[in-house]
Amino acid sequence: MTRDSRDSVLGALRGAVRRDGDDAAARQAVESRLQRHPRGTVPARCDRDREVLAGLFVEQATAVDATVARVTGPADVPAAVADYLKAGNLPSTVRMAPDEALDSYPWGRVPTLEIERGRARPEDAATVTGAFAAVAETGTLMLASGPDSPTTLNFLPEAHIVVLHKDRLVGAYEEAWDRLRATGRMPRAVNLVTGPSRTADIEQTLQLGIHGPRRLHIVLVEGDSTAAESDG
Amino acid sequence: MSALHPTSRDFKANVRKAMADETLQKGLATAKLGFRNRRAAAVARLPEFDSLRDEARDIKNHVLAHLDLYLEAFEKRVTEQGGHVHWARDAAEARDAVLAICRAAGARTVTKGKSMISEEIALNDFLQDNGIEPVETDLGEYIIQLRHEPPSHIIAPAFHVMKEQVSDIFHATHTQFDPERRLDDARQILDEARAVLRDRFLAADVGITGANFLIAETGSTVIVTNEGNGDLTQTLPRVHVVLASLEKVVPTLEDATTILRVLARSATGQEFSSYTTFSTGPRRGEDLDGPEEFHVVLLDNGRSKMVGTEMQDVLRCIRCGACMNHCPVFGVIGGHAYGWVYPGPIGAVLSPSLIGIGEAGHLPNASTFCGRCEEVCPMRIPLPKLMRHLREREYEARLSPAAVRWGLGAWAFLAKRPALYRLATRIPMRLLGALGRRRGRFGSLPLAGGWTASRDLPAPQGPTFQDLWQRRGGRREASR
Repeated sequence: MTRDSRDSVLGALRGAVRRDGDDAAARQAVESRLQRHPRGTVPARCDRDREVLAGLFVEQATAVDATVARVTGPADVPAAVADYLKAGNLPSTVRMAPDEALDSYPWGRVPTLEIERGRARPEDAATVTGAFAAVAETGTLMLASGPDSPTTLNFLPEAHIVVLHKDRLVGAYEEAWDRLRATGRMPRAVNLVTGPSRTADIEQTLQLGIHGPRRLHIVLVEGDSTAAESDG
Repeated sequence: MSALHPTSRDFKANVRKAMADETLQKGLATAKLGFRNRRAAAVARLPEFDSLRDEARDIKNHVLAHLDLYLEAFEKRVTEQGGHVHWARDAAEARDAVLAICRAAGARTVTKGKSMISEEIALNDFLQDNGIEPVETDLGEYIIQLRHEPPSHIIAPAFHVMKEQVSDIFHATHTQFDPERRLDDARQILDEARAVLRDRFLAADVGITGANFLIAETGSTVIVTNEGNGDLTQTLPRVHVVLASLEKVVPTLEDATTILRVLARSATGQEFSSYTTFSTGPRRGEDLDGPEEFHVVLLDNGRSKMVGTEMQDVLRCIRCGACMNHCPVFGVIGGHAYGWVYPGPIGAVLSPSLIGIGEAGHLPNASTFCGRCEEVCPMRIPLPKLMRHLREREYEARLSPAAVRWGLGAWAFLAKRPALYRLATRIPMRLLGALGRRRGRFGSLPLAGGWTASRDLPAPQGPTFQDLWQRRGGRREASR
């Protein structure tokens, strides 16, 4: 059935687009566009230096109800995570992505924090992940799936904590796509996350936290990033 | 109404019912203002918005001119990543494809993200009839599924339902909880929905989502949501099925990005939706989660027949709902009155093409041609022009009511004979002017009952426009 249907649909389309024998040129145009992936207009707000972009990112992310803690270096990350859990009355156990980049933070300095690694379990209250990139334009995180970054960590918990190194920050989505292309292969899942889960389905009044995380917290790490760098 | 049994023929009766529905009218009043104000604010924050609209339009036009090639490229990439593409000429083939996948997976329940294609092919009833339980997981869709209703808006499917009604249906359905519990505020309703649906996500064998885009460059499918339900739907079950119509394909990640910049702003007035997810094939070797199977069902259902015709522009639609949010007709009658899956101006041009002029010919007539829909459409679809075109087709097919046809015929006869036209307008205008001189208006008038039933008709104050124009020598008065 599906083979017949395929031929029938594609046949109908070929008849409809009426390229009149100029098929080679059309194929060339399509191949070239896929190869070159030209950019459209990139909003001017994205074109700033990194320091201004960091400010824009924080402004945009908090405008959509994420919270951001800025810390001066990798050494401060564990305390920032623990503080957030405490302030939000969350359990002190977190599920953390099995990502080597996260190993480089001195978690041992906060002995109250219990860390489990792996994919998310339904009972997890809070998860900790890194981010492939972050887009200042709209305060958006780009999370790429992989063996060290399971997708469920981004969606199952009540609170999702993202440790974001400042050198992961770009202005526009297009810059993040270029970084992703440089890794060689499109990940199975790329999640662009902009604030926590929300709905306005009850009388068109905005409420946070329906199916995905009720809270999204971003720990933005300044300073020298080499201590916490990974190959992405 | 259901997708299998449209009620678009009964449009006039549907409209009367909708206008008498106080709950609906309340919902419409809130929706109109909220959507319009939020969109306007978002557009004002992005100076590049209008040039992005032009580019978004051009991207889709380019795709539609090369649709066969981009679909082939998309299919090739999906297959290379270990996914499967299923082509469906019509709704029945698409339903069969989904059922076959579910059967092969031994599925008993499927969770679903929001998908208009699923509504278009009436998938839920079909799965149910075949012993598979479909569970809608978008909160709005879940509510209307429990109420056995179709969506009344593309992006706010349950905006016509009040909080108390949600509380009632939750009490009636979720019998596992204390019947005395209170569900008075939105937070309590959300918490209960989150708990109930979380279990369904974890138990489902297959997850079905729609797609906002298909990307030829990477073989990815894209969903845009705010709740995160689509992501749980497609990440937790063993099998992920994507339902998409042909025209959803775009060339590259950059092209999707350009259109994404206008999508959320036009729809909800957000700069970007909470979750935009690009899915590329099934789980990979070392992955700890994700579906083991990845299927894309590509639906035609009449669209290939629109390519290359004057209706092709409709295929640029990205289902943001801006046209209905700004439509004075939708603003009074809501979505159900349109009688099929797609309401508002986009429904008025899409439905006749998909289910036939005979079924949905009324819809393009429900417009004042005020042009607001075209003004706000992020893809610059000329909706009034397309409605006008469909009206012509309806007239040509002799489907319009006799009175309309006779009236239009009579008007055309006069309009083509200027001397006769002037005479035929001058005499009644003088007569009406004389009759109405004392009150200046008519409370009732023969042949104008449709007008005077709800308001007065002003009496003509003097000569006809044409007479005035002639008296002035056919020139404007010098201004100031």
